[in-house]
Amino acid sequence: MGLDYENDGALHAKLIEDVLSQYPDKAAKRRKKHLSVATSKDEAGGEDKGLSECDVKSNIKSIPGVMTIRGCAYAGSKGVVWGPVKDMVHISHGPVGCGQYSWSQRRNYYVGTTGIDTFVTMQFTSDFQEKDIVFGGDKKLEKIIDEVEDLFPLSGGISVQSECPIGLIGDDIEAVSRKKAKEHEKTIVPVRCEGFRGVSQSLGHHIANDAIRDWVFDKDDVDFESGPYDVNVVGDYNIGGDAWASRILLEEIGLRVVGNWSGDATLAEIERAPKAKLNLIHCYRSMNYICRHMEEKYGIAWMEYNFFGPSQIEASLRNIAKHFGPEIEEKTEKVIAKYRPLVDAVIAKYQPRLEGRTVMLYVGGLRPRHVITAYEDLAMVIVGTGYEFAHNDDYQRTGHYVKNGTLLYDDVTGYELEKFIEGIRPDLVGSGIKEKYPVQKMGIPFRQMHSWDYSGPYHGYDGFAIFARDMDLAINNPVWGLYRAPWKKMKDAPPTAVAAE
Amino acid sequence: MEKVTTMPQSAEKILDHAPLFREPEYRQMLAEKKLNFECPHPDQIVTDQRELTKTWEYREKNLAREALVINPAKACQPLGAVFAAAGFERTMSFVHGSQGCVAYYRSHLSRHFKEPSSAVSSSMTEDAAVFGGLKNMVDGLANTYKLYDPKMIAVSTTCMAEVIGDDLRSFIENAKNEGSVPCDFDVPFAHTPAFVGSHVDGYDGMVKGVLEHFWKGSERSKAAGTINIIPGFDGFCVGNNRELKRLLDLMGVTYIVIQDASDQFDTPSDGEYRMYDGGTKIEDLKGALNAEATLSLQHYNTRKTLEYCNEVGQATASFHYPLGVQATDEFLMKVSAISGQEIPEAIRMERGRLVDAMADSQSWLHGKKYAIYGDPDFVYAMARFVMETGGEPTHCLATNGTSAWEAEMKELLASSSFGQDAQIWAGKDLWAMRSLLFTEPVDLLIGNSYGKYLERDTGTPLIRLMFPIFDRHHHHRFPLMGYQGGLRVLTTILDKIFDKLDRETSETGVTDYSYDLTR
Repeated sequence: MGLDYENDGALHAKLIEDVLSQYPDKAAKRRKKHLSVATSKDEAGGEDKGLSECDVKSNIKSIPGVMTIRGCAYAGSKGVVWGPVKDMVHISHGPVGCGQYSWSQRRNYYVGTTGIDTFVTMQFTSDFQEKDIVFGGDKKLEKIIDEVEDLFPLSGGISVQSECPIGLIGDDIEAVSRKKAKEHEKTIVPVRCEGFRGVSQSLGHHIANDAIRDWVFDKDDVDFESGPYDVNVVGDYNIGGDAWASRILLEEIGLRVVGNWSGDATLAEIERAPKAKLNLIHCYRSMNYICRHMEEKYGIAWMEYNFFGPSQIEASLRNIAKHFGPEIEEKTEKVIAKYRPLVDAVIAKYQPRLEGRTVMLYVGGLRPRHVITAYEDLAMVIVGTGYEFAHNDDYQRTGHYVKNGTLLYDDVTGYELEKFIEGIRPDLVGSGIKEKYPVQKMGIPFRQMHSWDYSGPYHGYDGFAIFARDMDLAINNPVWGLYRAPWKKMKDAPPTAVAAE
Repeated sequence: MEKVTTMPQSAEKILDHAPLFREPEYRQMLAEKKLNFECPHPDQIVTDQRELTKTWEYREKNLAREALVINPAKACQPLGAVFAAAGFERTMSFVHGSQGCVAYYRSHLSRHFKEPSSAVSSSMTEDAAVFGGLKNMVDGLANTYKLYDPKMIAVSTTCMAEVIGDDLRSFIENAKNEGSVPCDFDVPFAHTPAFVGSHVDGYDGMVKGVLEHFWKGSERSKAAGTINIIPGFDGFCVGNNRELKRLLDLMGVTYIVIQDASDQFDTPSDGEYRMYDGGTKIEDLKGALNAEATLSLQHYNTRKTLEYCNEVGQATASFHYPLGVQATDEFLMKVSAISGQEIPEAIRMERGRLVDAMADSQSWLHGKKYAIYGDPDFVYAMARFVMETGGEPTHCLATNGTSAWEAEMKELLASSSFGQDAQIWAGKDLWAMRSLLFTEPVDLLIGNSYGKYLERDTGTPLIRLMFPIFDRHHHHRFPLMGYQGGLRVLTTILDKIFDKLDRETSETGVTDYSYDLTR
């Protein structure tokens, strides 16, 4: 699938060697295992091989003091999995900061009346003070839940998102939740996502998944008439409206999306999930756990899909349709045909402006592989990619996406990423807010690939058009040609930028 | 139901989220999703509840909250420490504790300044929670020193390290003994528990930690007439510090700005990424011990630091974010008194130009009611300036305001007839402000980006003049302090008033008789 090209593996191996030489020995030894150059299938003996643990070590502790880009378990639970559930009040339980810094930052779009029946872009915190640390916060939590009930009676439920101190001071948030859930007759979900747990956001995802299993499923009778084409979309957080641009396609091919996890979701959509026929999982990293559980317990099959870029969208739609048989397959072909002219027009417009441009990615646990083909659909070239918090099974899946010679970096440090970018000088870097400004200072175009840089959606056909437009406007903006003062000697003339028609 | 088969997107005119989801295909899809799958409350119940939240009855319940905090206007201590460290020459922030916190501070600062923000973490995990984070400190300092070539590493703490009781002084000493950094390398530190105070206290702690590190054990020889200036936590440090230095240079004062992040958070784009830029020089920090006086521009950001300056024998004075006419007057006169330098005529002219502008526009400002929220010193400053323009600071709210702040505010408001009806809300949050704005409305809201939700819900026009500003660009590159800053604040307020008036009077043939060309 996709474009045929090969990257400069020798240069990349040299870059790895160079950065490792700058660490103290102990750290160099540990970092070495996370950096690699992808090798082709042929070299590996002709089998269709994913990357293995021998290639890149992952999901292990970050080294102190190196400027990891990773976050924490709280970020994985409150920030990613639970935060978007729109009709629940999510209490950041502990000191004020965690909730403050994550307040309204993930762009999980939703429709609702904020503060009345919807609460995503609000910051509820127990604002721990010293006395709460000393005497424990359980009593305070009880009172907080009562106050939530009093002021926000239309909330569908409450989640308690633990910050670091909770687990350290021995609070029993489970007991409080149980007691108050009974008293108020509402779902209250305690989540043990203290930031020191695990090595990244990833364990927070897992803990959040387990909380759904333990505190939501099978708690209430779900009154719902299920149908033959019912699916849950799992692991789409509706960033900039991604889930909506996906839903419109799934509905068009004849499926009924009975729940979307967790962007724009209500608690009802989560409670009802076990009644669906199939789980469609987009962000495998953050939600595979609950899919596996639903498979085991309720016998619901699950299927990974990829809605970035037309090649993957088409393949995914066909794959999904196959699960449901000829009627859906037929509709699917019609939908693919319907959007073909849009895809062709977008590619015709942007490919000439982007062809051959090189891209380096560094994102979370899914996009470092999932968006690769979308770039390749525009004839762009991925020279390097890496994950903040992938596991071994993610790297296995990555092998199928990357080309020979691609530079791979796991839990990259600020130092490494800067040196890699400096050494490769790609035409575009896709990463996060912390990486954006250093990269732009170097004169290299950048797009935030967590938040879509305040644009989006990027999922689905509608999203692909926006994606193409955004990559073009990032790369072909005239500002990159203004960096050098003209009275300073020019090393190489900047490319002339031309606006898209 | 048959689905709409048209397509909203086209290559010619690409619609992103803002217009895309207003297209009929998506509106229909979302309406059906809500109806069929969300189990929503009936519209009437939602409307009733929304109306209820606008009432005095709801306000009373809302303000009576004892435990739950909703939309607070404050952050935690280590953010202040990380910001503080950014104001010293080639200094890397090292935050001891969980690593996710550091990702948050960096993101938060980058989103406001639109600039890089560097800091490292000691990446403590569960085992460190049990055994303590000494090993993380030892390894971490070694790695930071080697990789990022700092001149100084400023250590602060997350709440995790504070709860388990890690002791920075001994940890750093241990790390030095183990060779992580040379023994004479500068590693100042501050314990910054997130469950005490707010970011302004973290700022205070870190600055004090730095001064203590360089001053302890040194002999002070007073250099008469020289001044140290500490700006405090300030999202407008880029514009403000430069304006301040311009004024002091005009006066010919000998001064050192202690903690100056104006260059660090405003590096040029010329192809080179500068991880470090500007900041108070280490040599200057050492010499600053000899200054006759240390002045703080934000009292509530420097309470402990000034106490320490006092202890070493310096005269001290503090201000509340000198902004507007009288606050700037007082600051300059104090500087003049200590330094013995006259305030030059050029500055008097600047003052006159600000007063001139205020006189030109006074009719549009007189009697306007304001709600102001933010850090304690900023709220004080804005309330004072608003009263200088004939405005009334109806609601003055600081989530991290103390009872001492409340008392100072009372005194300020009592000093002017424009402050007679003003109310002070120490420790309250922005959900409380929502109730205040519904029940006792004002003309304008002054705060930061979080205020946009209040603007949406209550219709009160928001003026963004305080950290953090995420959704407007580059305002922080211009000063708010001094007479020049006052001019900018004045213009910003006036623009908001005129834009609103134009919007309200622009309906052709209905309201546009008032759509005046000259105002």
